[in-house]
Amino acid sequence: MKDIQSIQEDFVQDFSLLEDWTQRYEYIIDLGKTLPKIDDLYKTDEYRIKGCQSQVWLHHRYENNILYFSADSDAIITKGLIALVIAVFNEQSPEAIAKAEVNFIAKIGLGEHLSPTRANGLNSMIQKIKHIAANHLA
Amino acid sequence: MLKSDVMPSFEIEKIRKDFPILARQVHGKNLVYFDNAASAQKPKIVLDTLQNFYSQDYANVHRGVHYLSQISTDAFEKTRDALQVFIGAKHREEIIFTAGSTASINLVAQCFGEAFIGEGDEILVSGLEHHANLVPWQICAQKRKAVLRIMPMLATGELDMEKLPLLLTEKTKILAITATSNALGTITDLVNIIPLAHQVGAKVLVDGAQSIAHTKTDVQALDADFWVCSSHKLFGPTGVGVLYGKKDLLEAMPVYQSGGDMIKTVRYESSTYNELPHKFEAGTPNIADVIALGSALDYINNLDWHGAMAHEKTLHENLEKGLLGIQGLRIIGTAKHKAPLSSFVVEGVHNYDLGVLLDKMGIAIRTGHHCAEPIMDFFGVAGTARASLAFYNTQAEVDYFLESLKKAINMLR
Repeated sequence: MKDIQSIQEDFVQDFSLLEDWTQRYEYIIDLGKTLPKIDDLYKTDEYRIKGCQSQVWLHHRYENNILYFSADSDAIITKGLIALVIAVFNEQSPEAIAKAEVNFIAKIGLGEHLSPTRANGLNSMIQKIKHIAANHLA
Repeated sequence: MLKSDVMPSFEIEKIRKDFPILARQVHGKNLVYFDNAASAQKPKIVLDTLQNFYSQDYANVHRGVHYLSQISTDAFEKTRDALQVFIGAKHREEIIFTAGSTASINLVAQCFGEAFIGEGDEILVSGLEHHANLVPWQICAQKRKAVLRIMPMLATGELDMEKLPLLLTEKTKILAITATSNALGTITDLVNIIPLAHQVGAKVLVDGAQSIAHTKTDVQALDADFWVCSSHKLFGPTGVGVLYGKKDLLEAMPVYQSGGDMIKTVRYESSTYNELPHKFEAGTPNIADVIALGSALDYINNLDWHGAMAHEKTLHENLEKGLLGIQGLRIIGTAKHKAPLSSFVVEGVHNYDLGVLLDKMGIAIRTGHHCAEPIMDFFGVAGTARASLAFYNTQAEVDYFLESLKKAINMLR
């Protein structure tokens, strides 16, 4: 598994090839469409991260010092952004996640989606992933 | 007919120049501001008034003997006079300044509730209300051990008039009802509803937040007992609200917040309270913004109002026509009489995604539940996208919006 920083750098590289906002969002929307759906079992309030307008569900599994994440949203753009975040953190150790600096979203020109006022649950999801990792630190 | 007879004196390009923000760009595109139901933009005269007042005339109001305090007070009270005329109140002291429509409704729910609502009494709220005209009444009902009843609506988003007589009883103390729904655009039939409420002895509070920028208001003709609106939806500054109440009712109600300005005499044992309107205006008011609201009223009074309303009505008709032509799009709220706003959902597309993509194209609309969750539940949707117009919008903007909306839907499907 690549380390978190390299995965982020890959995304920055990928996005640098996209010329304008339309292409960036088309890419995000495609990612959203391909994100494996979360098991309906986990689409409950217990796994819900409440954004005001789009909802996000996050499930995790911990095995052999590795964290596995799956997530879903009712909005496709949020889903695409989630797919990026999941790709960065999935199958990493709690230590690696806890100390990782999430910097790629702003670098690919989507920083506005991290604002808590965007109410899409993305920021809360990253905080939640960090929190889960912190709870599993040895 | 000559062309000049068809086109009234309303000159849209000239009007747009009065609103500096309309010239700006967003994400490299010309701003298309279709979020007027959330808040309206401000004409330059309002901005100039704020700047001049703080630069030249600022001082605290009331009781000051010095020069600046006197001109501040005069300007502040002049807005009250202008509002009295603007909404057709009988007495100037029936106009109370608050922080906004929400604050005005809370004042009435608390003080009218304390004076007039008791155990077992009923509060009737229309099913079209913004949370601001619902939650204060829920709290009032809990506190007073009263019963909260809801006047249902029909699938069109119009209130069910047949149910109204059944819901109004001699126990009904107040009916809280909007003039125009913020979520659907429905214009309610106040002319027929208010007399029915009065027949059983109920008072009526009208939420005019959404109607004030689109309809001439006459509280006496309507015979509303309370009527509220916000300055910021009327092209004035934020942070100022209006509460109109009939004088005898306001006088019979206990004070709300207490402190400076609202007292007559203060002793350690007890205090006596000031006359209306100051009785309900404790503390230093929002002086500059009230004065600037006066400028917004001047602006509107000098506008070709009929031309402006005809213009936004035409735009709205064209907007709805365009929306109906989009496959899979459903307009939520199809009342016969609507304010110039359209709430809609698109099959298979989340309103949040629409909002994000339209923003990228320079278009400001609102998405979500519009602080009216029971209405969203009624229509079985989590939220809608809402485009709301003002007289400074243009046909070119409507065309660009429709074209952009189609583009966004294609990207998302």
